[in-house]
Amino acid sequence: MSEALPKHEELVQIRYDVPRNGWRSAHVDFRKGTYSYSAAPKNVQYLGMANPRHWRPTDKDWKLPPDWKQIILRGMKERLEKFRSFRLFMDICVRCGACADKCHFYLGSADPKNMPVLRAELVRSVYRRYFTASGRLFRGLAGGRELTEDVLKEWFYYFYQCTECRRCSVFCPFGIDTAEVTMIVRELLNLVGVNTNWVLEPAANCFRTGNHLGVQPHGFKDSIDFAVDELEELTGIRVEAPINKKGAEILFVVPSADYFATPHYYTLLGYLALFHEIGLDYTFSAYASEGGNFGLFNSHELMKRLNNKIYAEAKRLGVKWILGGECGHMWRVLHQYMDTMNGPADFLEEPVSPVTGTRFENARSTKMVHICELTADLIHNGKLKLDPSHNDHWRVTFHDSCNPARGMGLLEEPRYILRNVVNHFFEMPENTIREQTFCCGSGAGLGTDENIEMRLRGGLPRANAVKYVRDKHGVNLLTCICAIDKATLPTLLEYWTPGVEVGGVHELVANALVMKGEKDRTTDLRGEPFPAKEAAVHA
Amino acid sequence: MPTFESHGRAYDVDEDGFLQDPSIWNEEVAKDFMVTEGVNELTEGHWKVINYLRNYYLQFGIAPMIRKLCKETGFKLNEIYQMFPSGPAKGACKLAGLPKPTGCV
Repeated sequence: MSEALPKHEELVQIRYDVPRNGWRSAHVDFRKGTYSYSAAPKNVQYLGMANPRHWRPTDKDWKLPPDWKQIILRGMKERLEKFRSFRLFMDICVRCGACADKCHFYLGSADPKNMPVLRAELVRSVYRRYFTASGRLFRGLAGGRELTEDVLKEWFYYFYQCTECRRCSVFCPFGIDTAEVTMIVRELLNLVGVNTNWVLEPAANCFRTGNHLGVQPHGFKDSIDFAVDELEELTGIRVEAPINKKGAEILFVVPSADYFATPHYYTLLGYLALFHEIGLDYTFSAYASEGGNFGLFNSHELMKRLNNKIYAEAKRLGVKWILGGECGHMWRVLHQYMDTMNGPADFLEEPVSPVTGTRFENARSTKMVHICELTADLIHNGKLKLDPSHNDHWRVTFHDSCNPARGMGLLEEPRYILRNVVNHFFEMPENTIREQTFCCGSGAGLGTDENIEMRLRGGLPRANAVKYVRDKHGVNLLTCICAIDKATLPTLLEYWTPGVEVGGVHELVANALVMKGEKDRTTDLRGEPFPAKEAAVHA
Repeated sequence: MPTFESHGRAYDVDEDGFLQDPSIWNEEVAKDFMVTEGVNELTEGHWKVINYLRNYYLQFGIAPMIRKLCKETGFKLNEIYQMFPSGPAKGACKLAGLPKPTGCV
């Protein structure tokens, strides 16, 4: 971080007072550390989107198109007609406030406009003014608000202070999915060229090279080859890691950070070791070399365009089904949108584990299985030889990544795996895990350096729960199954809860995995000595 | 578009201060940019990292995996953080004139 981080003492001065000004005042102070940079024109252009230009959120003039207001209102009308959910969520909120204190951004910032109810009200008031009879007649008296440039700026500020984690939705008695409201508003902002670079550059890269990072096919192969070499050094076993192999049984899709960043990389080693051990007939793809989908953070249209690559590549390679790695929002897209957006994938087969014969009935429609489902099934059927003592240097907790947990209900499988591969596993408090998990504070495209203050604020509830298990049980490793988590939680924990590292579930699987024909392994995947071996040396 | 000025030279940079046009990089860029990343002097170790990044970038159009950078230069990750306090993907890449990596990183 080239910028100095805010001081702890300042960030914890969170005062949940009633503000002096009413919420209708739309003026926003774009304070450094609380927003992300606007999208560079080259990325907007590359994606064929509206109004590419240089602008900054702190500018007075955002260089909107002259008819921006008509564009937004027309966009709202179209979406109210197209998405019944949007109209429903605009209409049915009774402002009971059950969601108010469930949002990590509200808890960490005390800004009332980060209460999900009020954040949604920022757009609901405009809906009421222009799309209901009472609002058109009685305007403010009926809870309506004029659409002004200040309102637009306010939308940009607050709908990019929502990570679409959906914790609030768990508590809403009406089931309002605030993430969907955020998605629609971001989509509307797009129509007039108001978007962030951290979302659009990865999306543009994904079109250009197949993944968010912009890794080209020869770079992808170089990275995978490096991992194969390193795994051989660690285990004595040379594994195969095919890329673009036609006729493989399974297409394996991972987030690109797995073959770029640390600690993600150790999870990649974990996949490679596991697949070798069970003799999986699989292939990576250089075209579908990204599980994540930053389109989800921008618009339905972009999400669909990016997601399409996975099925297209599965078809081209002639695989039977698709396996996905430790990726977060990939699973939201997959579980909730893929089938109707780009399916049905009737050229694929209902996934069956080639090792156990288990039929993944839940994936009958999408034909795509989460790696934790595969591994949990392998363990359940006794197909893996595991020595959990190899992970005895870790005291482990598990952070439910929002999208696999709330987006697809993957709650038990990672825990089942962890209980089989580590000896020291501790849960964080129950209102901070599973369906009620607290977000990392950096999802949905908010994980930028420039947004660091909001990230630290939004991540405080999660970090606080980690602190609880660190102090009570000596936890020193937080595991998770999402690449954004692996990228952003180390920064968060270093700030709020030093002494806790971040790792992936399949990193620990491969540490514990006893591979056939392996050499006398002395270290884990990070190159750290196994605890038992270390003890033996000292003895 | 922001510019960064140092020693009488002006560079077009992005909002994070990364060089807009990586092709104009030379060793002076690293020397000019080091103050922005908390680097006080460029030792042999710094140059080893910068040159490795630079050469990898010319071949692959992107930074290498962090793990690969460590292994090929012989530095542990924490040693790279000691040399480049803002880390390999930010500080070291900026001095080597590479674009900032984006995505789940």
